[in-house]
Amino acid sequence: MGALDYIQDLDRAVFDEANQQSYAKKAQKGLSEKLVRRISKEKKEPGWMLELRLEGLQKFTEMELPEWGVNLKDLDFDDLIYYASPEEMKGYATSWEDVPADVKRTFERLGIPEAERKVLAGAGAQYDSLNAYHNLKEEWEKLGVIFEDMDVAVQKYPDLVKKYFMKAVPVKDHKFTALHTAVWSGGTFLYIPKGVHVDQPLQAYFRMNAQNMGQFEHTLIIVEEEAQGHYVEGCSAPKYGSTSLHAGCVEIYVKKNARFRYSSVENWSQDTYNLNTKRAIIDENGLMEWVGGNLGSGKTMLYPCSVLRGKRSKSDHLGIAFANKGQIQDVGAKVIHVGENTTSTVLSKGISKGGGESIYRGLLQINKGAKGAKANVRCDALILDGDSRSDTYPDLRIHEEDVAIGHEASVGRISEEQLYYLRSRGLSEDEALAMIVNGFIEPIIKALPLEYAVEMNRLIEMEMEDSVG
Amino acid sequence: MLSVKNLQVQVEGKEILHGIDLQIKPGEVHAIMGPNGSGKSTFSNVLMGHSKYKVTNGEIEFRGQNLLELEPEERARLGMFLAFQYPKEIPGVSLVSFLRAAYNAVRKDKDPISLYHFKKLLEEKMELIGLSSTFMSRSLNEGFSGGEKKKVEILQMAMLEPRLAILDETDSGLDIDALKTICETVQAIRSPKQSILLITHYPRILDYITPDKVHVLMNGKIVMEDGERLARKLEEQGYDYVREKMGIKSLGLKIVN
Repeated sequence: MGALDYIQDLDRAVFDEANQQSYAKKAQKGLSEKLVRRISKEKKEPGWMLELRLEGLQKFTEMELPEWGVNLKDLDFDDLIYYASPEEMKGYATSWEDVPADVKRTFERLGIPEAERKVLAGAGAQYDSLNAYHNLKEEWEKLGVIFEDMDVAVQKYPDLVKKYFMKAVPVKDHKFTALHTAVWSGGTFLYIPKGVHVDQPLQAYFRMNAQNMGQFEHTLIIVEEEAQGHYVEGCSAPKYGSTSLHAGCVEIYVKKNARFRYSSVENWSQDTYNLNTKRAIIDENGLMEWVGGNLGSGKTMLYPCSVLRGKRSKSDHLGIAFANKGQIQDVGAKVIHVGENTTSTVLSKGISKGGGESIYRGLLQINKGAKGAKANVRCDALILDGDSRSDTYPDLRIHEEDVAIGHEASVGRISEEQLYYLRSRGLSEDEALAMIVNGFIEPIIKALPLEYAVEMNRLIEMEMEDSVG
Repeated sequence: MLSVKNLQVQVEGKEILHGIDLQIKPGEVHAIMGPNGSGKSTFSNVLMGHSKYKVTNGEIEFRGQNLLELEPEERARLGMFLAFQYPKEIPGVSLVSFLRAAYNAVRKDKDPISLYHFKKLLEEKMELIGLSSTFMSRSLNEGFSGGEKKKVEILQMAMLEPRLAILDETDSGLDIDALKTICETVQAIRSPKQSILLITHYPRILDYITPDKVHVLMNGKIVMEDGERLARKLEEQGYDYVREKMGIKSLGLKIVN
């Protein structure tokens, strides 16, 4: 079996199908101080973490829902499970053999063990609230790289975690970061020591299984000076026809002369509200690259943010959003130029189909003093039919004069003539459409490692199936 | 192989073709010649199945099948090919990936070709037609010059090996060297059973590909038919020769040679 064979067998059923979830029946719905204390106790957390959680809970109850973006009024906070842990999963496994059979089967269908063997430096696999598997190849461990379940990292590396946890993203940034702080569970802790180049990607896969589940994993990444790395995240959830919520948080610190790439393919089921927060702080001469694909999920609000703090620091944001029937993809990028001679690029591609709505919402802020800043934003939209729509909301806040800024936006519809041309060569209408769409997102696909590029193409193809008629 | 009977076609409610008859046998080369606005491109697009054109009367049969019931892709799989006058640009789709998909599509009954073998085959044909292999990974037609686009059309024809190739004004916009290369390629890749329908304004292309039959299309009707010598006449005297002979009024359309 080749590393890519699993992708050919991927179909919607792989993602939509759920395992038995007797454990979740015992899990209670709703949010309370009691639950927050229980989570912290079960995880044997230090006092400061419990205090932080309680602060999060307090802020969550005080704060209002955002008044912009996707309408969240139907999100019933009392009807969600905030913490669920399959009984048999006590501590994660470091060998797939030790992962409970049905959990293992899920990840096998998603191709994780196979990919790990072939191309990854390490892999993690989270199932509802807890990691089922986490492993880093020995060669990297020897160099001092830490790739750990976030729950475990709080125990094993308390000083490092305390120094960086919820520092790039403040607890009260918005209602969902407050909620995240209160009930976060699982996720990844990655630490790359000074000068170490991890040249194979590290991957984490987040799987929601239980119905009405909320998943709140926390990913904390520290890339020390001169270090380099690439982290890839995949996400999916089965389809139940009732609401689930994903409010994860990603914090990345890119130190002087370091480079880091974070790629994610978010493919939650359409029942999911995906309200994720991702932020990186980049120091002098550092480079942060974001590559993101947003498919699935009914309603998404996600705007990865780069704070270019150090001189000559750089960020690249590449994003694809696919809004199919019944979906709103409200996504974009935020870039804040603080240091001198900082550079940023944003390339966003939105596709809408079958009545879906794809929105680019971006912030480009250049602070006073960020002399010589260069920024380029380009967002392209492709609308596949008359029912679908696309909008662009760029927000430019420029407080410095000595800057160079480019902003381009385009909205395109697939032309009959293009389809006819491809069909005259023997491609069906669906194949022709898929080909045009794949061409549209190609600049982003080519930034992904081969395995993920192929998977992303396959996911897009799945979205394109039955697109006509 | 191709049989067109009394074909009448409308575009946006206006009749463009007023009853065309045409028979092409396997291995034959036919030329349809006519001035601008005579309905040449309409005819080629109707044959390929463009949805914009409405057939109001008549029939088209190709290899024993009623073409009018088939979608463009089904016509392609049956062995029809249209070299476009204005090939479309498809950003982000490389020539090689597009053409491999098309290659596999017209050979649906056979196993898909491996990328390695396909590239080898493609390279051979590209060399034949004088296209650098760097075009393989470029986006289909994007940023190609007019001549390059035409070459890529013929490259597609060479790869897909259709039973009937319609070349819609492939000669227009080409300099004499490019035209010569393209015509030589068409000759070189032709199998004895492949039929060709040349759609053209100028007789020039017929110096390189000799037609078995020439049809002159004017105002949506075929008004004159003959062998290759008809093309010679047109070369010498232009379409006025046909108009005079057939008593057709010039509509003020001039032939520019």
